[in-house]
Amino acid sequence: MSTEIGISLTVNGERISRRVEARRHLIDFLRLDLGLMGSHTGCEHGVCGACTVRVNGLIVRGCLVLAVSLDGATVETIEGMSDTGEIRDLQDAFVARNACQCGYCTPGMLVTAAELLSDAAKTRAVPSRAAIREHLSGNYCRCTGYHAIVDAVETVARARADGAGTGTGQP
Amino acid sequence: MKARAFRYERAHALADVFRLQSEADGGAQFLAGGQSLLASLAFRLSEPSLLIDISRLAELKGISVLPTSDVRVGALTTHRELGAHPDVCRHVTLLTEAVPLIAHAAIRNLGTIGGSLAYADAAAELPACCVALEARIIAVGPGGERAIPATSFFTGLFTTALAENELIRAVEFPCAAPGDRSTIIELTRRSGDYAMAGLVMRATGGRQASRLVYFGVGATPVVASEAANALGPTPWSAEKIAAAQTALDRDLDPPADQHGGPDMKRHLARVLLARAIKKLEAQPEAHAA
Repeated sequence: MSTEIGISLTVNGERISRRVEARRHLIDFLRLDLGLMGSHTGCEHGVCGACTVRVNGLIVRGCLVLAVSLDGATVETIEGMSDTGEIRDLQDAFVARNACQCGYCTPGMLVTAAELLSDAAKTRAVPSRAAIREHLSGNYCRCTGYHAIVDAVETVARARADGAGTGTGQP
Repeated sequence: MKARAFRYERAHALADVFRLQSEADGGAQFLAGGQSLLASLAFRLSEPSLLIDISRLAELKGISVLPTSDVRVGALTTHRELGAHPDVCRHVTLLTEAVPLIAHAAIRNLGTIGGSLAYADAAAELPACCVALEARIIAVGPGGERAIPATSFFTGLFTTALAENELIRAVEFPCAAPGDRSTIIELTRRSGDYAMAGLVMRATGGRQASRLVYFGVGATPVVASEAANALGPTPWSAEKIAAAQTALDRDLDPPADQHGGPDMKRHLARVLLARAIKKLEAQPEAHAA
Protein backbone atom coordinates (compact mmCIF):
# COMPACT_ATOMS: atom_id res chain seq x y z
CA MET A 1 0.00 0.00 0.00
CA SER A 2 1.42 3.36 -1.00
CA THR A 3 2.01 5.81 1.79
CA GLU A 4 2.69 8.72 -0.59
CA ILE A 5 0.33 11.67 -0.60
CA GLY A 6 0.16 14.77 -2.77
CA ILE A 7 0.63 18.16 -1.12
CA SER A 8 0.71 21.76 -2.37
CA LEU A 9 2.36 24.46 -0.31
CA THR A 10 4.31 27.69 -0.61
CA VAL A 11 8.03 27.53 0.14
CA ASN A 12 9.94 30.81 0.20
CA GLY A 13 7.25 32.42 -1.91
CA GLU A 14 7.20 29.68 -4.53
CA ARG A 15 4.15 27.46 -5.04
CA ILE A 16 5.20 23.80 -4.89
CA SER A 17 3.33 20.53 -5.45
CA ARG A 18 4.93 17.19 -4.62
CA ARG A 19 4.08 13.68 -3.61
CA VAL A 20 5.66 12.83 -0.27
CA GLU A 21 5.93 9.77 1.88
CA ALA A 22 3.74 10.15 4.98
CA ARG A 23 6.69 9.67 7.34
CA ARG A 24 8.84 12.37 5.67
CA HIS A 25 9.48 15.22 8.10
CA LEU A 26 9.72 18.80 6.92
CA ILE A 27 13.51 19.02 7.06
CA ASP A 28 14.07 15.95 4.90
CA PHE A 29 11.43 17.34 2.53
CA LEU A 30 13.21 20.69 2.30
CA ARG A 31 16.73 19.27 2.03
CA LEU A 32 16.28 16.07 0.07
CA ASP A 33 13.22 16.78 -2.07
CA LEU A 34 13.63 20.52 -2.67
CA GLY A 35 17.42 20.83 -2.32
CA LEU A 36 17.18 23.62 0.26
CA MET A 37 20.22 22.76 2.37
CA GLY A 38 20.20 25.82 4.64
CA SER A 39 18.07 24.21 7.36
CA HIS A 40 20.22 21.71 9.19
CA THR A 41 19.38 18.24 10.41
CA GLY A 42 20.56 17.83 13.98
CA CYS A 43 19.06 15.57 16.59
CA GLU A 44 15.87 14.74 14.68
CA HIS A 45 13.82 14.59 17.87
CA GLY A 46 13.16 18.20 18.73
CA VAL A 47 15.96 18.98 21.14
CA CYS A 48 18.68 20.87 19.27
CA GLY A 49 16.90 23.56 17.22
CA ALA A 50 19.23 23.33 14.18
CA CYS A 51 16.23 22.66 11.91
CA THR A 52 14.15 25.68 12.97
CA VAL A 53 12.07 27.13 10.12
CA ARG A 54 8.87 29.15 9.90
CA VAL A 55 5.49 27.62 9.10
CA ASN A 56 2.56 29.99 8.63
CA GLY A 57 4.62 32.78 10.18
CA LEU A 58 5.66 30.96 13.37
CA ILE A 59 8.93 29.19 14.12
CA VAL A 60 8.77 25.40 14.41
CA ARG A 61 11.14 22.46 14.66
CA GLY A 62 11.30 21.09 11.12
CA CYS A 63 11.96 17.59 12.45
CA LEU A 64 8.72 17.67 14.48
CA VAL A 65 6.45 18.44 11.53
CA LEU A 66 5.35 15.96 8.87
CA ALA A 67 5.56 17.39 5.37
CA VAL A 68 2.30 15.67 4.52
CA SER A 69 0.47 17.73 7.17
CA LEU A 70 1.48 20.99 5.47
CA ASP A 71 -0.92 21.00 2.52
CA GLY A 72 -1.79 24.66 1.99
CA ALA A 73 0.86 25.95 4.41
CA THR A 74 3.44 28.70 3.95
CA VAL A 75 7.01 27.67 4.78
CA GLU A 76 9.97 30.02 5.07
CA THR A 77 13.55 28.82 5.44
CA ILE A 78 16.84 30.59 5.99
CA GLU A 79 17.22 30.81 2.19
CA GLY A 80 13.96 32.73 1.82
CA MET A 81 14.61 34.95 4.82
CA SER A 82 18.06 35.77 3.41
CA ASP A 83 16.70 36.57 -0.05
CA THR A 84 14.08 38.99 1.23
CA GLY A 85 16.64 40.88 3.33
CA GLU A 86 14.40 40.52 6.39
CA ILE A 87 17.27 39.47 8.65
CA ARG A 88 20.17 41.14 6.86
CA ASP A 89 21.01 43.22 9.93
CA LEU A 90 20.97 40.13 12.12
CA GLN A 91 23.23 38.25 9.72
CA ASP A 92 25.66 41.19 9.61
CA ALA A 93 25.68 41.33 13.40
CA PHE A 94 26.44 37.60 13.60
CA VAL A 95 29.47 38.18 11.36
CA ALA A 96 30.57 41.33 13.21
CA ARG A 97 30.28 39.64 16.61
CA ASN A 98 31.82 36.37 15.45
CA ALA A 99 28.61 34.62 16.45
CA CYS A 100 29.03 31.77 14.00
CA GLN A 101 31.87 29.38 14.52
CA CYS A 102 31.27 26.03 12.82
CA GLY A 103 27.97 27.45 11.54
CA TYR A 104 25.87 24.36 12.10
CA CYS A 105 23.44 25.96 14.53
CA THR A 106 23.48 29.35 12.79
CA PRO A 107 20.42 29.07 10.51
CA GLY A 108 18.31 27.85 13.44
CA MET A 109 19.68 30.58 15.68
CA LEU A 110 18.89 33.25 13.09
CA VAL A 111 15.35 32.04 12.45
CA THR A 112 14.68 31.73 16.20
CA ALA A 113 16.15 35.14 17.02
CA ALA A 114 14.19 36.75 14.19
CA GLU A 115 10.93 35.80 15.92
CA LEU A 116 12.03 37.34 19.22
CA LEU A 117 13.09 40.51 17.44
CA SER A 118 9.89 40.86 15.45
CA ASP A 119 7.74 40.18 18.55
CA ALA A 120 9.75 42.80 20.48
CA ALA A 121 9.46 45.32 17.64
CA LYS A 122 5.67 45.31 17.99
CA THR A 123 6.08 47.10 21.31
CA ARG A 124 9.39 48.77 20.41
CA ALA A 125 10.84 46.95 23.42
CA VAL A 126 14.44 45.83 23.68
CA PRO A 127 14.55 42.31 25.10
CA SER A 128 16.93 41.86 28.03
CA ARG A 129 19.92 39.53 27.72
CA ALA A 130 18.05 37.13 29.98
CA ALA A 131 15.04 37.23 27.66
CA ILE A 132 17.29 36.62 24.64
CA ARG A 133 18.92 33.65 26.37
CA GLU A 134 15.52 32.29 27.34
CA HIS A 135 14.19 32.58 23.79
CA LEU A 136 17.29 30.88 22.35
CA SER A 137 17.34 28.21 25.07
CA GLY A 138 15.97 25.61 22.68
CA ASN A 139 18.87 26.01 20.25
CA TYR A 140 22.14 24.24 20.97
CA CYS A 141 25.48 25.68 19.85
CA ARG A 142 28.04 22.91 20.35
CA CYS A 143 30.88 25.38 19.80
CA THR A 144 29.32 26.96 22.91
CA GLY A 145 29.52 30.40 21.36
CA TYR A 146 26.40 31.57 23.14
CA HIS A 147 27.81 34.79 24.49
CA ALA A 148 28.61 36.15 21.03
CA ILE A 149 25.20 35.06 19.74
CA VAL A 150 23.44 36.92 22.55
CA ASP A 151 25.66 39.94 21.82
CA ALA A 152 24.62 39.90 18.17
CA VAL A 153 20.91 39.59 18.90
CA GLU A 154 21.09 42.32 21.53
CA THR A 155 22.93 44.63 19.11
CA VAL A 156 20.18 44.24 16.53
CA ALA A 157 17.41 44.62 19.10
CA ARG A 158 18.88 47.95 20.20
CA ALA A 159 19.48 49.13 16.65
CA ARG A 160 15.95 48.31 15.57
CA ALA A 161 14.46 50.01 18.64
CA ASP A 162 16.51 53.09 17.81
CA GLY A 163 14.88 53.08 14.40
CA ALA A 164 18.05 52.13 12.58
CA GLY A 165 16.12 49.81 10.33
CA THR A 166 14.34 46.48 10.39
CA GLY A 167 16.49 44.26 8.30
CA THR A 168 18.20 46.61 5.89
CA GLY A 169 21.53 45.82 7.49
CA GLN A 170 22.46 49.48 7.67
CA PRO A 171 24.29 50.44 10.87
CA MET B 1 16.07 8.40 13.59
CA LYS B 2 13.54 7.78 10.84
CA ALA B 3 9.99 6.76 11.56
CA ARG B 4 8.69 3.46 10.29
CA ALA B 5 6.34 3.85 7.31
CA PHE B 6 2.69 4.54 8.08
CA ARG B 7 -0.40 5.73 6.28
CA TYR B 8 -1.76 9.24 6.86
CA GLU B 9 -5.32 10.52 6.73
CA ARG B 10 -6.48 14.06 7.44
CA ALA B 11 -9.76 14.23 9.33
CA HIS B 12 -12.17 17.02 8.43
CA ALA B 13 -14.84 16.21 11.03
CA LEU B 14 -15.05 14.16 14.21
CA ALA B 15 -17.13 11.55 12.40
CA ASP B 16 -14.15 10.93 10.05
CA VAL B 17 -11.91 10.29 13.04
CA PHE B 18 -14.00 7.52 14.53
CA ARG B 19 -14.64 5.85 11.16
CA LEU B 20 -10.92 5.87 10.25
CA GLN B 21 -9.98 4.66 13.68
CA SER B 22 -12.35 1.71 13.69
CA GLU B 23 -11.14 0.73 10.18
CA ALA B 24 -7.51 0.76 11.39
CA ASP B 25 -8.36 -1.89 13.99
CA GLY B 26 -6.18 -0.63 16.83
CA GLY B 27 -3.25 0.54 14.69
CA ALA B 28 -4.20 4.21 14.51
CA GLN B 29 -2.83 7.15 16.45
CA PHE B 30 -3.97 10.75 16.52
CA LEU B 31 -1.72 13.56 15.30
CA ALA B 32 -2.44 16.95 16.92
CA GLY B 33 0.57 19.27 17.36
CA GLY B 34 2.92 16.32 17.02
CA GLN B 35 5.55 17.76 19.33
CA SER B 36 5.86 14.59 21.41
CA LEU B 37 4.50 12.12 18.86
CA LEU B 38 7.04 12.89 16.13
CA ALA B 39 9.93 12.34 18.52
CA SER B 40 8.49 8.99 19.62
CA LEU B 41 7.96 8.03 15.96
CA ALA B 42 11.59 8.92 15.21
CA PHE B 43 12.76 6.66 18.04
CA ARG B 44 10.28 3.99 16.87
CA LEU B 45 8.85 3.92 20.38
CA SER B 46 5.55 4.37 18.61
CA GLU B 47 4.75 2.47 15.41
CA PRO B 48 1.22 3.21 14.21
CA SER B 49 -0.05 1.78 10.93
CA LEU B 50 -2.15 4.92 10.45
CA LEU B 51 -1.83 8.50 11.64
CA ILE B 52 -5.11 10.37 11.79
CA ASP B 53 -4.37 14.09 11.55
CA ILE B 54 -6.91 15.81 13.80
CA SER B 55 -5.12 19.17 13.74
CA ARG B 56 -7.67 20.84 11.46
CA LEU B 57 -10.83 19.86 13.33
CA ALA B 58 -12.77 23.06 14.01
CA GLU B 59 -14.74 21.22 16.74
CA LEU B 60 -11.57 21.07 18.87
CA LYS B 61 -10.59 24.72 18.58
CA GLY B 62 -11.30 27.96 20.37
CA ILE B 63 -11.30 29.40 23.88
CA SER B 64 -14.53 30.63 25.45
CA VAL B 65 -15.82 31.83 28.79
CA LEU B 66 -18.84 29.79 29.89
CA PRO B 67 -21.84 31.40 31.66
CA THR B 68 -20.36 30.10 34.94
CA SER B 69 -17.20 32.11 34.21
CA ASP B 70 -15.37 28.80 33.80
CA VAL B 71 -13.02 28.86 30.85
CA ARG B 72 -13.34 26.23 28.14
CA VAL B 73 -10.16 25.63 26.18
CA GLY B 74 -10.39 23.64 22.93
CA ALA B 75 -8.04 20.67 22.80
CA LEU B 76 -6.16 22.02 19.77
CA THR B 77 -5.30 25.30 21.48
CA THR B 78 -1.54 25.70 21.15
CA HIS B 79 0.60 26.62 24.12
CA ARG B 80 1.35 29.94 22.43
CA GLU B 81 -2.37 30.71 22.07
CA LEU B 82 -3.08 29.62 25.64
CA GLY B 83 -0.33 31.82 27.06
CA ALA B 84 -1.46 34.91 25.17
CA HIS B 85 -5.24 34.67 25.62
CA PRO B 86 -6.73 37.52 27.68
CA ASP B 87 -9.61 35.43 29.15
CA VAL B 88 -7.16 32.77 30.31
CA CYS B 89 -4.97 35.46 31.85
CA ARG B 90 -7.95 37.03 33.65
CA HIS B 91 -9.67 33.88 34.94
CA VAL B 92 -7.01 31.15 35.10
CA THR B 93 -3.78 33.07 35.61
CA LEU B 94 -1.90 29.93 36.61
CA LEU B 95 -1.98 28.75 33.00
CA THR B 96 -0.53 32.04 31.74
CA GLU B 97 2.28 31.61 34.25
CA ALA B 98 2.83 27.96 33.27
CA VAL B 99 3.07 28.35 29.50
CA PRO B 100 6.56 29.92 29.32
CA LEU B 101 7.87 26.90 31.24
CA ILE B 102 6.66 24.48 28.57
CA ALA B 103 9.52 23.49 26.24
CA HIS B 104 10.75 26.22 23.88
CA ALA B 105 9.09 28.84 21.68
CA ALA B 106 9.24 26.73 18.51
CA ILE B 107 7.52 23.85 20.30
CA ARG B 108 4.95 26.07 22.02
CA ASN B 109 3.93 27.31 18.58
CA LEU B 110 2.62 23.87 17.61
CA GLY B 111 2.15 21.81 20.78
CA THR B 112 -1.43 21.63 22.05
CA ILE B 113 -3.06 21.33 25.46
CA GLY B 114 -5.05 18.27 24.38
CA GLY B 115 -1.92 16.59 23.11
CA SER B 116 -0.03 17.31 26.31
CA LEU B 117 -2.79 15.87 28.50
CA ALA B 118 -3.39 12.81 26.33
CA TYR B 119 0.34 12.06 26.17
CA ALA B 120 0.47 12.41 29.98
CA ASP B 121 4.18 12.87 30.50
CA ALA B 122 4.78 12.76 34.26
CA ALA B 123 7.18 15.70 34.09
CA ALA B 124 4.92 17.97 32.02
CA GLU B 125 3.44 21.19 33.37
CA LEU B 126 -0.15 21.19 32.07
CA PRO B 127 -1.25 17.86 33.58
CA ALA B 128 -0.17 19.11 37.03
CA CYS B 129 -1.93 22.45 36.46
CA CYS B 130 -5.15 20.64 35.51
CA VAL B 131 -5.02 18.50 38.65
CA ALA B 132 -4.24 21.50 40.84
CA LEU B 133 -7.08 23.54 39.32
CA GLU B 134 -9.49 20.57 39.39
CA ALA B 135 -10.24 21.00 35.71
CA ARG B 136 -12.68 18.84 33.77
CA ILE B 137 -11.40 17.06 30.69
CA ILE B 138 -14.09 16.73 28.04
CA ALA B 139 -13.59 13.49 26.12
CA VAL B 140 -15.47 12.64 22.96
CA GLY B 141 -15.96 9.24 21.39
CA PRO B 142 -18.33 7.65 18.87
CA GLY B 143 -21.04 7.59 21.56
CA GLY B 144 -20.74 11.26 22.52
CA GLU B 145 -19.05 13.35 25.17
CA ARG B 146 -18.22 12.77 28.82
CA ALA B 147 -16.45 14.90 31.41
CA ILE B 148 -13.55 13.34 33.30
CA PRO B 149 -12.23 15.11 36.42
CA ALA B 150 -8.53 15.86 35.95
CA THR B 151 -7.97 14.40 39.41
CA SER B 152 -8.86 10.93 38.07
CA PHE B 153 -7.65 11.39 34.48
CA PHE B 154 -3.99 10.43 34.90
CA THR B 155 -3.93 6.75 35.76
CA GLY B 156 -0.26 5.82 35.30
CA LEU B 157 2.90 6.47 33.34
CA PHE B 158 1.80 7.85 29.95
CA THR B 159 -1.64 6.40 30.72
CA THR B 160 -4.99 8.16 31.03
CA ALA B 161 -8.66 7.41 31.61
CA LEU B 162 -9.38 7.93 27.89
CA ALA B 163 -10.81 4.90 26.11
CA GLU B 164 -8.98 3.84 22.97
CA ASN B 165 -11.64 5.36 20.73
CA GLU B 166 -11.89 8.65 22.65
CA LEU B 167 -10.00 11.87 22.23
CA ILE B 168 -9.93 15.10 24.19
CA ARG B 169 -12.27 17.73 22.86
CA ALA B 170 -11.74 20.50 25.41
CA VAL B 171 -10.64 21.26 28.94
CA GLU B 172 -12.82 23.30 31.31
CA PHE B 173 -11.11 25.28 34.04
CA PRO B 174 -13.02 26.64 37.04
CA CYS B 175 -12.75 30.38 37.24
CA ALA B 176 -10.47 31.52 40.07
CA ALA B 177 -12.43 32.84 43.07
CA PRO B 178 -11.60 36.11 44.81
CA GLY B 179 -8.69 35.50 47.17
CA ASP B 180 -7.32 32.52 45.24
CA ARG B 181 -3.62 32.52 44.60
CA SER B 182 -1.58 30.07 42.60
CA THR B 183 1.90 29.60 41.25
CA ILE B 184 4.07 27.09 39.39
CA ILE B 185 7.75 26.51 39.82
CA GLU B 186 10.15 23.91 38.42
CA LEU B 187 13.79 22.90 38.33
CA THR B 188 15.35 22.03 34.97
CA ARG B 189 18.86 21.42 33.67
CA ARG B 190 18.24 23.68 30.67
CA SER B 191 15.43 26.20 30.51
CA GLY B 192 12.52 24.55 28.70
CA ASP B 193 13.60 20.95 29.24
CA TYR B 194 11.37 18.54 31.12
CA ALA B 195 11.47 19.29 34.83
CA MET B 196 13.64 17.33 37.24
CA ALA B 197 10.88 18.25 39.66
CA GLY B 198 8.12 20.83 39.69
CA LEU B 199 5.31 22.09 41.89
CA VAL B 200 1.96 23.77 41.36
CA MET B 201 0.70 25.46 44.52
CA ARG B 202 -2.74 26.95 45.08
CA ALA B 203 -4.10 28.69 48.12
CA THR B 204 -7.85 29.16 48.19
CA GLY B 205 -10.51 30.78 50.33
CA GLY B 206 -10.17 33.13 53.28
CA ARG B 207 -8.01 30.63 55.18
CA GLN B 208 -5.80 30.13 52.16
CA ALA B 209 -5.92 26.34 52.40
CA SER B 210 -3.25 25.06 50.11
CA ARG B 211 -3.23 22.44 47.42
CA LEU B 212 0.14 21.08 46.32
CA VAL B 213 0.60 19.12 43.10
CA TYR B 214 4.07 17.88 42.20
CA PHE B 215 5.27 16.78 38.76
CA GLY B 216 8.38 14.91 37.68
CA VAL B 217 8.45 12.93 40.92
CA GLY B 218 6.12 10.03 40.12
CA ALA B 219 4.24 8.29 37.32
CA THR B 220 1.51 10.95 37.33
CA PRO B 221 1.00 14.39 38.90
CA VAL B 222 1.15 13.77 42.67
CA VAL B 223 -1.15 15.55 45.14
CA ALA B 224 0.80 16.17 48.36
CA SER B 225 -2.10 16.28 50.82
CA GLU B 226 -0.09 15.42 53.96
CA ALA B 227 2.21 18.37 53.34
CA ALA B 228 -0.75 20.65 52.60
CA ASN B 229 -2.38 19.60 55.90
CA ALA B 230 0.85 20.20 57.81
CA LEU B 231 1.16 23.62 56.25
CA GLY B 232 -2.37 24.58 57.22
CA PRO B 233 -3.91 28.03 56.79
CA THR B 234 -1.96 31.26 56.61
CA PRO B 235 0.17 32.68 58.16
CA TRP B 236 2.77 30.10 57.16
CA SER B 237 5.37 30.18 59.92
CA ALA B 238 8.86 28.74 59.53
CA GLU B 239 7.79 25.85 61.81
CA LYS B 240 4.78 25.00 59.67
CA ILE B 241 6.85 25.15 56.49
CA ALA B 242 9.40 22.80 58.04
CA ALA B 243 6.61 20.43 59.14
CA ALA B 244 5.17 20.46 55.62
CA GLN B 245 8.60 19.69 54.15
CA THR B 246 8.93 16.72 56.52
CA ALA B 247 5.43 15.55 55.65
CA LEU B 248 6.42 15.39 51.96
CA ASP B 249 8.20 12.12 52.77
CA ARG B 250 4.75 10.58 53.34
CA ASP B 251 3.30 12.05 50.13
CA LEU B 252 6.07 11.28 47.67
CA ASP B 253 7.68 8.02 46.62
CA PRO B 254 9.76 9.23 43.69
CA PRO B 255 11.33 6.68 41.37
CA ALA B 256 14.89 7.21 40.14
CA ASP B 257 15.14 8.68 36.66
CA GLN B 258 17.87 10.11 34.42
CA HIS B 259 18.17 13.14 36.71
CA GLY B 260 18.82 11.32 39.95
CA GLY B 261 17.58 9.04 42.69
CA PRO B 262 14.68 9.28 45.14
CA ASP B 263 16.69 11.16 47.77
CA MET B 264 17.60 13.92 45.34
CA LYS B 265 13.97 14.19 44.18
CA ARG B 266 12.77 14.47 47.79
CA HIS B 267 15.33 17.18 48.40
CA LEU B 268 14.18 19.08 45.30
CA ALA B 269 10.55 18.74 46.43
CA ARG B 270 11.38 20.36 49.78
CA VAL B 271 13.28 23.17 48.06
CA LEU B 272 10.39 23.74 45.66
CA LEU B 273 7.89 23.97 48.50
CA ALA B 274 9.84 26.71 50.28
CA ARG B 275 10.31 28.63 47.03
CA ALA B 276 6.66 28.30 46.00
CA ILE B 277 5.48 29.62 49.35
CA LYS B 278 7.79 32.60 48.99
CA LYS B 279 6.52 33.24 45.48
CA LEU B 280 2.90 32.94 46.54
CA GLU B 281 3.34 35.27 49.50
CA ALA B 282 4.79 37.90 47.17
CA GLN B 283 1.63 37.83 45.07
CA PRO B 284 -1.27 40.15 45.66
CA GLU B 285 -4.32 38.18 46.77
CA ALA B 286 -7.08 37.53 44.28
CA HIS B 287 -5.89 37.90 40.82
CA ALA B 288 -9.36 36.68 39.97
CA ALA B 289 -11.82 38.92 38.19
